Amino acid sequence: MRPDTTLLRELLAALGPDAVLSAPESCVAFECDALTAHRRTPDLVVLPRNTAEIQAVLRIASTHGAPVVARGAGTGLSGGALPVAGGILLVLSRLNRILEVDPQRRLARVQPGVTNLAISEAAAPHGLFYAPDPSSQVACTIGGNVAENSGGVHCLKYGLTVHNLLEVRVATCDGELLTIGSPLGEAPGLSLLPLLTGSEGMLGVVVEATVRLVPLPERVELVMASFDEVARCADAVGHIVASGIVPAGLEMMDGLALRAAEAFAKCGYPQDAAAVLLCELDGLDHDVQQQLEDATGLLRRSGATTVRVATDAAERARMWSGRKAAFPAVGRLAPDYYCMDGTIPRRHLATVLGRIEAMSRVAGLPVANVFHAGDGNLHPLILFDAGRPGELERAERLGADILELCVAVGGTVTGEHGVGIEKLGPMCTQFGPAELEVFHAIKRAFDPHGRLNPGKAVPTLARCADYGAMRVHGGKLPHAHLPRF
Amino acid sequence: MTGHDGTAEITDRVREATARRTPLRIVGGDTKRFLGREVAGEALRTTGHTGIVSYDPAELVLTARGGTPLREIEAALAEHGQRLPFEPPSFGDAATVGGTVACGLAGPARAASGPLRDYVLGVRILSGDGRALRFGGEVMKNVAGYDVARTMAGAFGTLGVLLDVSLKVLPRPPAVRTLSLSFDQAGALAELERLSRTALPLTASCWTGGSLTLRFEGTERTLDEVQRRIGGTIVEDGTEFWRSVREHAHPFFAARTPLWRLHVPAAASVSTPPVEPLIEWNGLQRWYALDSTSILAIAAAAGGHATLFRCAGPAESVFTRPAEAAVRLHASLKTIFDPAGILNPGRMYPDF
Repeated sequence: MRPDTTLLRELLAALGPDAVLSAPESCVAFECDALTAHRRTPDLVVLPRNTAEIQAVLRIASTHGAPVVARGAGTGLSGGALPVAGGILLVLSRLNRILEVDPQRRLARVQPGVTNLAISEAAAPHGLFYAPDPSSQVACTIGGNVAENSGGVHCLKYGLTVHNLLEVRVATCDGELLTIGSPLGEAPGLSLLPLLTGSEGMLGVVVEATVRLVPLPERVELVMASFDEVARCADAVGHIVASGIVPAGLEMMDGLALRAAEAFAKCGYPQDAAAVLLCELDGLDHDVQQQLEDATGLLRRSGATTVRVATDAAERARMWSGRKAAFPAVGRLAPDYYCMDGTIPRRHLATVLGRIEAMSRVAGLPVANVFHAGDGNLHPLILFDAGRPGELERAERLGADILELCVAVGGTVTGEHGVGIEKLGPMCTQFGPAELEVFHAIKRAFDPHGRLNPGKAVPTLARCADYGAMRVHGGKLPHAHLPRF
Repeated sequence: MTGHDGTAEITDRVREATARRTPLRIVGGDTKRFLGREVAGEALRTTGHTGIVSYDPAELVLTARGGTPLREIEAALAEHGQRLPFEPPSFGDAATVGGTVACGLAGPARAASGPLRDYVLGVRILSGDGRALRFGGEVMKNVAGYDVARTMAGAFGTLGVLLDVSLKVLPRPPAVRTLSLSFDQAGALAELERLSRTALPLTASCWTGGSLTLRFEGTERTLDEVQRRIGGTIVEDGTEFWRSVREHAHPFFAARTPLWRLHVPAAASVSTPPVEPLIEWNGLQRWYALDSTSILAIAAAAGGHATLFRCAGPAESVFTRPAEAAVRLHASLKTIFDPAGILNPGRMYPDF
C-alpha cells in the first residue's frame, strides 16, 4: 500500500528525512519480528530521537486516524511488532540512553530503546544488576520487555519484568504523557503499572522506564543432573521446590534438545541421558553451601544418574552455554522450528511432557523441549519444513493442541512471549467472552479508536466464534483444506 | 478442601443491589474499616465464602476464597514451612484474605519482598453488575491478556468483590535473627542505605526512639556472619517485636491519632515535623502521629505521598489523589467493572 502523502509530509516535517522511511526497499527490513512466519512490509517507518518526537508522531497519526505499531529491537516471538496495513511503525531503537543509575536508591531510569543487558552492565560497577534476563537480552530493549512482561531464566527467584519495574512514562494514543507507578514502589490510587506491563503496545507507548536494581549475589553455583527418564527429571523439579530451596534458575532439556545443544556447543551434557536439569543457586556463601548440599542430595534421591557441580566460573559458563544455545542448536535439526510458550502447574510436568511426545508422534513432527522448569514454563520446539506443503499448518495445529493442553491442566497459553498475532486463537480457549469483553473495554479506556497496535493480543469475539467452530476436541480440523488466518 | 462456596449468595446479593442501585459496603472480617473513607451502603458480607480451594506446597501457590480467614491460610502454609512473603498485617483475628488483597497492605518484610500485588497470580471477581470473571491463574508466568488480577490489589473492592485469590507463596528461611543497634534518625537512615546495597539478607527494619531493629534471615552460619559484620545485640523475642510493628501493637502506636503513613524515598530527610516517626521498610515507610494536614505538603516535598491511616472520626480525604490523567483512567476502569457504581463507592476518593 502506498502511504498517505499528507501523512508522510507531516511526519517528514516533524522528524526530518533521516527519521522517516517510506521506500519499500528501506521499510522491508522491518517486515517482521522474530516470529518470521508472519511478515508485512510497513508502509511507513519512523525513527524518533526523543520523547517529543514520539509525541509528535502519535499526534499526527491521531489526526489521520492511522494505526501505530511500536517496535523495539524486533526480537519478540509472537508477532507483536508485525506492521499493520496503512499504519506507522514506530521504531524506538534510537532512544537508547541510560538517563540515570542511582546506586543509593537502587534504580535505573532508561529510555525505551536501551537493551536489557546494557542496564545490568551500567549497574555492575555499583555491585548491582537488573534481574529479568530474556535469552535475547543482548538485543532486546526495555520498552519491549515492558510491553511483553518478559521473563528469563531467573524468574522463580527474581521475578518477571512486572516485579522489577517501578515507574513508566507512556505516551498515550493522542501523544499525551502519562506517568504510571512510582520510583518508591507504590503510587497513589489504583495499581495501573501491572495493567500496562505486558499490554503489548496496545495501551500506550513506553517513552521511559524506571527499573529496580538488585545486589549481585556473593556466590553462584551450578548443578547439572542427568536422568534416564524424562518423568523422573520432571518430578525432581517439584522435589526441589517443595524442599524449601528457591533456585536462581531451574532449567530442563529433553534428550533431543540436549543432544542438539551438545553437538552445537560442546558443553559436556551426557549424550545418553533422557533429560538434563540445570539448577543454579545463588546468595550468600553459607546459604548457598547449605542449598548445594541439600539440592545434590535431593537430585540423587530423585533418581538422577549423574550429578555434577561446576567447579569454577568457566565450567559454569560452559554448562550454561548449551542451554543458552539450545534454540539455534535445535534449529539445525530441521529447516524450521516453531517455539511454543505455555506455562503449567509444575505437578503436571511429567504428564504434559508425555502427552506432547504422543502428540508429536501422531503429527509426525519431532518436538524438542528446553524450558524454564522451575516456573513450569514450557518451550516445546516443533521441528518442521515449511518447504513441504502443509507442514507449517501441521506445526501450527500441533502448537495450538499443545497450548490447549496447557490450558486444560490449569495453565496459560503464554508464559512470557506474549499473544501478539500468534496466539489469538488459543486465547479463545483460555478466556470466555465476558473476560475478553473486559479486555476490549480496557483497550478502549486507553485507546478509544483502537489505533495502537490494532488486532493484536486480544481476539475479537467473532474470531473466537470462528476458532471454536474450526477446532473440535482432539484437535482435528473439520475443514483442514481451508486456510486459517 | 474446606469451607463453603458462597458465590451464589454473593452474586444474588450484588445483582439485587444493582437492580435497586443500592451501594454496597464489602465486609470481610471488618478489621480494616478504619482505613479509607466511610462507605454509605448496605453491608455485603464475604465471610460465608470461605475455604482454601487448592494448595500444593510444590507449586508455591495457594488459592483461597475471599472470605477465608488470613490466619487459616497462614496456618496451612506454616504446616509446610511456607508463608506469605509480604507479611500482611491483619489488624484483628477476623481478617480475611480478600480484605487483605483488597487493602493491598504489606508488613515489615515489604522492603525485601516487594508489594502484595507482586504475589497476586490470579483472581476470580464478581463485578458490580454481577458477572463472575476470572483473570490470571495459578502459574508463575502468565502474560495472556491484560494483568487485571494485580490491579485488584489495593483497589479496596471498588472494582469487584474478590471471590477467589491465587497467591504466590515462598518457603520460610532456615533461621531468623533480630538485632538491635543504637542510632539517631539520620544515622539509622544512612546505615539502612548502606545495608540495602549489600547482599546481606536484611528482611525487615524498624527505627524508633533511637533504636534501630533489624531482621535477617538465612542459615545460622550466615546469621553469625551478619552479626560479626554489623554488631548489635540479639532481640530475644524477635517474632513478637515484628508482630507488634506489623499490627501496630508497638507502644509507638498506642492511642496516637491521627496516624499518618508516609511513603517517601528511603534516604529522604523529611523536613522535621515536631514529632519523631517510626520508620520501616529501610526508610520507605514512615509513621507519624500528628494532628496536622501540613504533613501532606511535607511528604510531597520529600518526593512521596501521605495517607491518613487512622483518625478519630470519618475523614474526608484519606489517600493522596493521583494526577488528573490517572484519575480519568480510574473513572474509566470503574465504569468497566462496576457500571452502576455500587461497590464501595467513595472508599478511596470522594468520587471513586
